[in-house]
Amino acid sequence: MSKQINVALIGNPNTGKTSVFNALTGLNQKVGNYPGITVDKKEGICKMPHGVNAHIIDLPGTYSLNASSLDENVVIELLLNKNDKDFPDVAVVVTDVENLKRNLLLYTQIKDLEIPTLLVINMSDRMAYKGISLNIPYLETQLETKIALISTRKNKGISELKELIANYESLSTKACVNALTIDTDYFTKLQNAFPEQLLYKLWLVITQDVNFGKTERNTIDAVSNFKTKSNADLKRLQQKETIKRYQFINNVLKKGQTIDLANAKDLRIKLDRILTHRVWGYVIFFVILLLMFQAVYDWATYPADLIDVGFSNLAEWVKTTLPAGAFTNLLAEGVIAGIGGIMVFIPPIAFLFLFIAILEETGYMSRVVFLMDRIMRRFGLSGKSVVPLISGNACAIPAVMAARNIESWKERLITILVTPFTTCSARLPVYVIIIALVIPEGTFLGLSYQALTLMALYALGFLTAVFAAYILNKILKIKSKSYFVVEMPGYKMPLLKNVALTVLEKTKTFVFEAGKIILAISIILWFLASYGLGEEFNNAEAIVTEAHPNLSEDDLNDLIAEHKLEHSYIGIIGKTIEPVIKPLGYDWKIGIGLVTSFAAREVFVGTLATIYSIGSANDIEDEDEAMSTIKNRMAVETHSDGTKVFTLASGISLLLFYAFAMQCMSTLAIVKRETNSWKWPTLQLVFMSGFAYIVALIAFQVLK
Amino acid sequence: MTLADLKRGQQAVITDVSATEIPLKLLEMGCLPGNTAELVQVASFTDPMYLNINGSHLAIRKETANHILIEPIDE
Repeated sequence: MSKQINVALIGNPNTGKTSVFNALTGLNQKVGNYPGITVDKKEGICKMPHGVNAHIIDLPGTYSLNASSLDENVVIELLLNKNDKDFPDVAVVVTDVENLKRNLLLYTQIKDLEIPTLLVINMSDRMAYKGISLNIPYLETQLETKIALISTRKNKGISELKELIANYESLSTKACVNALTIDTDYFTKLQNAFPEQLLYKLWLVITQDVNFGKTERNTIDAVSNFKTKSNADLKRLQQKETIKRYQFINNVLKKGQTIDLANAKDLRIKLDRILTHRVWGYVIFFVILLLMFQAVYDWATYPADLIDVGFSNLAEWVKTTLPAGAFTNLLAEGVIAGIGGIMVFIPPIAFLFLFIAILEETGYMSRVVFLMDRIMRRFGLSGKSVVPLISGNACAIPAVMAARNIESWKERLITILVTPFTTCSARLPVYVIIIALVIPEGTFLGLSYQALTLMALYALGFLTAVFAAYILNKILKIKSKSYFVVEMPGYKMPLLKNVALTVLEKTKTFVFEAGKIILAISIILWFLASYGLGEEFNNAEAIVTEAHPNLSEDDLNDLIAEHKLEHSYIGIIGKTIEPVIKPLGYDWKIGIGLVTSFAAREVFVGTLATIYSIGSANDIEDEDEAMSTIKNRMAVETHSDGTKVFTLASGISLLLFYAFAMQCMSTLAIVKRETNSWKWPTLQLVFMSGFAYIVALIAFQVLK
Repeated sequence: MTLADLKRGQQAVITDVSATEIPLKLLEMGCLPGNTAELVQVASFTDPMYLNINGSHLAIRKETANHILIEPIDE
């Protein structure tokens, strides 16, 4: 007989909790969202001994149940709500053998909630290296639990852990620390006011704003004969509680753990002498950044090109194989082109997350935060803003979410607001094609002008982000207590499995989240460009043939297609906005690109490709010709007076517009969710796009 | 003397921690009276400070360190 139980994995950050989760569930895992908030919810299924099926939830890492961020709050909300469908039958607290003392603090808190709790001591392979020995039976008696001593790195102890989880019913639910010993008078009164409730649970509710079962919260406020204390007094009580918990832990560990310091080695201190050095630390960080950009923009082009070629061949094959008609055109020009447009972003995004995952896994990211804090603070940011600003070079969406662990609200808000200035990978295709069109070939100090322009655009994005942060720091009048605590974990070799799963999961999220939008836009675009109203569109053949009776058939077909596009729905939209963008040097076709780019920037090149391929009756033979054909067509595009559309002036103007404008619906949606208001994304949209318009206008008027 | 005055490599015992000025998170990481603290490394302009507090390696800003009173250990 099989039965399903809920297992919650809880632990401090850097304890290898996610490794335990991966070891238990493997690929049987999925990532979702907690309702209403954008905290990742990782869950998976694992078969346990004795016919038990475990539904495992990997809760966000937290140092204690006194939550100070949205992520941490998820943990306490679940543990306090017995009616939640995910409420754990057993809590598995994951600890790191090297930081057992600190990790046990969270364990004692969970235990005091009287939930069956199992203790996992991870990284047992490090014990000899650190000179640590443990008296497991003694610890089990004192902590009143079962202990699984495991090593996810060496894959040891996992089956024993499964056995213990399956036997969860035998676990004791006795509390570790009696709340009455913290302040007898206060806690006696509290218990008397709510005799039905668990004392520690009441205390957690008082000290933090948790909306578990609204009724319980209301009764605490409604009972007038119970007077709680001032915030400062509550803080003092929390300090006292923490001291009590450490007294208990120290007593247990005095006999349960021996550390032979003479045999302990510390690689961390040796490495940190160099890696966090006030000069060498920065040099090394800079070299790592260079390597990362090299990977994302150079190595990733090979697989990206293959994908690109594959999809255009597929589109061509569909066109020649299926019977001609509207459906085939939609499939080839709309759907397949759209999907291909998403897939080419997989390699750069996978490479970026590969680097970020490795930097996180090794523990190096904390050093970057430490090194950069002082510099970033000058601009109103935090050392922790570095992670979002780097991630922003792949995609602003995960980057904005990565700002969540910045404790100060003001620093976090500024980080969220300026992150979209960094050059996300969606801008890359736009930059590449425009640069190829308008920047002359030639080299300077062995670097091509085109590569230098691309580098300059990246620098421009980053510097604008920092400069905008400086301005916002001066303007925004937000009082928020700025504090900063970063753990510097020991250095570890990254686990291949963890890195691979992170890359897989992030890439999947991008493909499905951004992909949906891009695909939808591609299809809408195809419709708008293929259909139109009125005589001019429907009788295009007759009108054009009449006007140019002496042209060859090929040229005539080109003109007809062009005429149709101009009078299609999309053509009408482009023509309508032309007066606004004309001072920037753009024509109505670019205008269409700008409009569709407001959904997502990467749509721009796809849009031009669609417009120009629809605008041509010639068949495209192979991929090389196709790319160069789009480029060539753009190169020969002329205004009605015969001057070229893509010149140095209009090209630079376009590059600058894309560098600054807020053109991503998904980012705006994420900012709305993260700041919980429409005010900030609206400001972002208005200011960034307004700024982009002005800069592009000046650039074109000066250069033309 | 406060934690902010510590020199690199110097050790001290924490004597008092301002409960209202110091985030609870720092206390929970072991920054409590009676525990030892050692300054491991400082970033440029000596801020933030990289400390070993009671076996926990963590970085805090100088403005936070100012609210933690210490008694240096002479060797």
